[in-house]
Amino acid sequence: MPHHVKSQALSHLRICDFTGQLAGAGATKFMAAFGAEVIRIEDPSNHGRWDILRGMPPYVDDRRGPELGGPFNNHNVGKLGISLNIKTEKGRELFERLVAISDCVTENFSSGVMRSWGYDYDALKEIKEDIIYVSNCGFGHSGPYEKFKTWGPIVQATSGLTMSSAIPDQPPAGWGYSYMDHTGAYFMAMAIMLAIHHRNRTGEGQYVDVAATEAALTLNGPVLLDYTVNGRPLRRDGFPDANHSQFPAMAPHNIYAAQPIPGSFDEAWIAIACRNDEDWHAMRDVLVADGCDWAANDDYGQLAGRLSAQDDLDSKIGEWCMRRDPFQSAELLRAAGVPANAVQTPEQRIDQDVNSAEAQLWPTIRQAEMGRVRVDGIPAHFTKTDWSMTRGAAVLGEDNDYVYGELLGLSQDEIAGLHEEGVI
Amino acid sequence: MTTNSNPLAMMALDDLRVLEIGDERGAWCGKLLADMGADVIKIEPPEGDPSRQYEPFVDDEPHHERSLFFWYYNTSKRSVVMDFNDRSNADAFLKLVESADIIFDTNTYDPVGRLGVDYHQIMSDNPGLIWCTITNFGFGSVRDDEPHTDLTLAANGGFAWMNGYDDHSLPPVRGGGQQAYHTGSNYAFMSILTALLHRDATGVGQHINVNINASVNVTTEAGSYSWLVSHSTVQRQTGRHAGVAPSMPSQIMCADGRYVNTGIPPRRPAEFGLCYRWLEDEGLLDQLPEAALLLVGAELESFSLADVFRGDNEELLAIFGAGREAFDLLASKLTAYEFFTKAQNFGFQVGVIHSPEEALEDPHFVDRGMQVKVEHPELGRDVIYPGAPYQLTKGSWGITRRPPLLGEHTDEILSELR
Repeated sequence: MPHHVKSQALSHLRICDFTGQLAGAGATKFMAAFGAEVIRIEDPSNHGRWDILRGMPPYVDDRRGPELGGPFNNHNVGKLGISLNIKTEKGRELFERLVAISDCVTENFSSGVMRSWGYDYDALKEIKEDIIYVSNCGFGHSGPYEKFKTWGPIVQATSGLTMSSAIPDQPPAGWGYSYMDHTGAYFMAMAIMLAIHHRNRTGEGQYVDVAATEAALTLNGPVLLDYTVNGRPLRRDGFPDANHSQFPAMAPHNIYAAQPIPGSFDEAWIAIACRNDEDWHAMRDVLVADGCDWAANDDYGQLAGRLSAQDDLDSKIGEWCMRRDPFQSAELLRAAGVPANAVQTPEQRIDQDVNSAEAQLWPTIRQAEMGRVRVDGIPAHFTKTDWSMTRGAAVLGEDNDYVYGELLGLSQDEIAGLHEEGVI
Repeated sequence: MTTNSNPLAMMALDDLRVLEIGDERGAWCGKLLADMGADVIKIEPPEGDPSRQYEPFVDDEPHHERSLFFWYYNTSKRSVVMDFNDRSNADAFLKLVESADIIFDTNTYDPVGRLGVDYHQIMSDNPGLIWCTITNFGFGSVRDDEPHTDLTLAANGGFAWMNGYDDHSLPPVRGGGQQAYHTGSNYAFMSILTALLHRDATGVGQHINVNINASVNVTTEAGSYSWLVSHSTVQRQTGRHAGVAPSMPSQIMCADGRYVNTGIPPRRPAEFGLCYRWLEDEGLLDQLPEAALLLVGAELESFSLADVFRGDNEELLAIFGAGREAFDLLASKLTAYEFFTKAQNFGFQVGVIHSPEEALEDPHFVDRGMQVKVEHPELGRDVIYPGAPYQLTKGSWGITRRPPLLGEHTDEILSELR
């Protein structure tokens, strides 16, 4: 289905949206791609700068400013944008009228912000009986750390994800970006839709408390059961060992240096994983055919032997990997049935991998000031109500006329007056 | 510690039956559905799901009913054994499909081809059916027959390029756990819920094609948009965001040998003042000759990192340096946990780098119910699982049963269909 046909999957839903950054904005971006009417509310008194990604690099050209931030555009594709100062009396009135015609209110402020404005769940429920209010913050809205502040790296640190991403005898490598801002947003989207399904069945709205740290904690499952059942902590000598595979045990299983590709970076890497003895036998045949007689060693024939000689095996395989660039070696191994792949650079995976084109993964949208720019698409396709992305992030107040005029019934004069007063 | 949710309480998805036909790549999606109340029936081959053979095992004794890997990803599900190589199972399969709201499969066992049933007939006989396929490169991709694992998909899709160390002689690092598979499953669950809400409104089901490689690709933050927007490439750095340009270290080892992530060190006038007070509280002022600079910083009207990095104002540089020195000194005197809680109480966005088990036992997560006790009668004891990824106040999350024994529910489910 072409990208410009608006999806009908969620077009019956309206979300009154305070989310920002990525941890919140990512959730409503997903729903907007499937047709939900997401109305993003921003404070005109600081040009929406609560969302620090407004104005952050990368930029399409030499211009700078709050409408030109690459990440902000990426995370807010397809949403409507209105300006509204909720600290004014008229702003509060408009917000309440909007809540009254919305299915959900969403936000990812620090704990307590909505309450300080007088809009906790009970207050929102007074406005609309079946409203769904989903709040997403790092440590959630109760407990000893309720007031603590987080962003992606702090969520990853406190949940165990940073520590478990490391190789032996090195400090934590962690995640080289806010994995949990993306993934926290995924859990927020799930929570919103779960609550809507519950409402569809019962007529009841509800409050949902999403804590990104808790979502993150659930992504450590087998390691945690090894601890609660077997008493074996991950913090022990020789661990974590993230490039080897313990669960399930596999060997060889690592990322190896490879011959750099001329004209590209001066480093290149290949990931190789033998899932079982059969994979190893296939890899052994590739290696032996390439003159690596050591690979025929019977000690390596079975998993136990490969695991006990893992470091030695890694260094020998590492030498072999330096003979070719990672794409060539991966091709050889995969042709033999062995999982292998180059560690792809952004350019390689976005512009050179055939799968990106097949998946129509990077749609070009149009943002009012940035112009045409590519963004992250959705990694799934539906046969009947596929997603679409055409419009970039709204510039501040871009949809004031539609929302205040068409949805709330204000006249052009009234809208102009509210703008003059700094309400919108 | 909390135990299973009230068995009589309604759960958000307990009106749904789901068939899970696949391997470990989709098991997380099945758990997300099942722990919200859906009746997830895992159809296993006679020899059992391959992940029943995965480490770790209870007491390290390998057995298909003792895999903790299998346990974690299969809570709240039921298990039916069905041999798709035996075409006499086609009727039972079609009846199961008829009873289901959702099917998700990883294109591993090919029930349609092996049983000789007609996919299009199934979809037209069951117009409300949602069928979600989760594969490495998307069903039908020219790459979908390639062999891959979580590691090689993390390499292909961009995770690995971004994780690692400042020292680029060390390899890129795959994050712990099977996060490429998790990410594919997260998108599968979000997609299924999207299709479900559409079905709630219209009664119409459909097929969804989820691509794990693509899921990884769009879960890489600046890695992707730096290339998409400005054709620039991020480079990995120890414990912090991979960047187009190098950034300052943000991981400090504390007195107990454990690490904290300090985020961005003190950089606002008020923060310099708080930093001074913290040193004072710990009795460390006399150990930091530069401490007086913090007071100077606290009196500034504003402070911008851009001004610091321009490098032409020595006083600003010195003030900023004093803040970093103060953090280093405090870390050298405090445990990582003390540093974290004290810093946060002063308003600094700092995180202790917990191991997963330390996180599970952290008083905050214990207080919020992240330790959930599940009965395992065969083991003769309860097992603690990590709890809810989100706290709905109605129709909420819960582990409704321990993971199923192989084929435990074959008879009860197939007899229902007759």
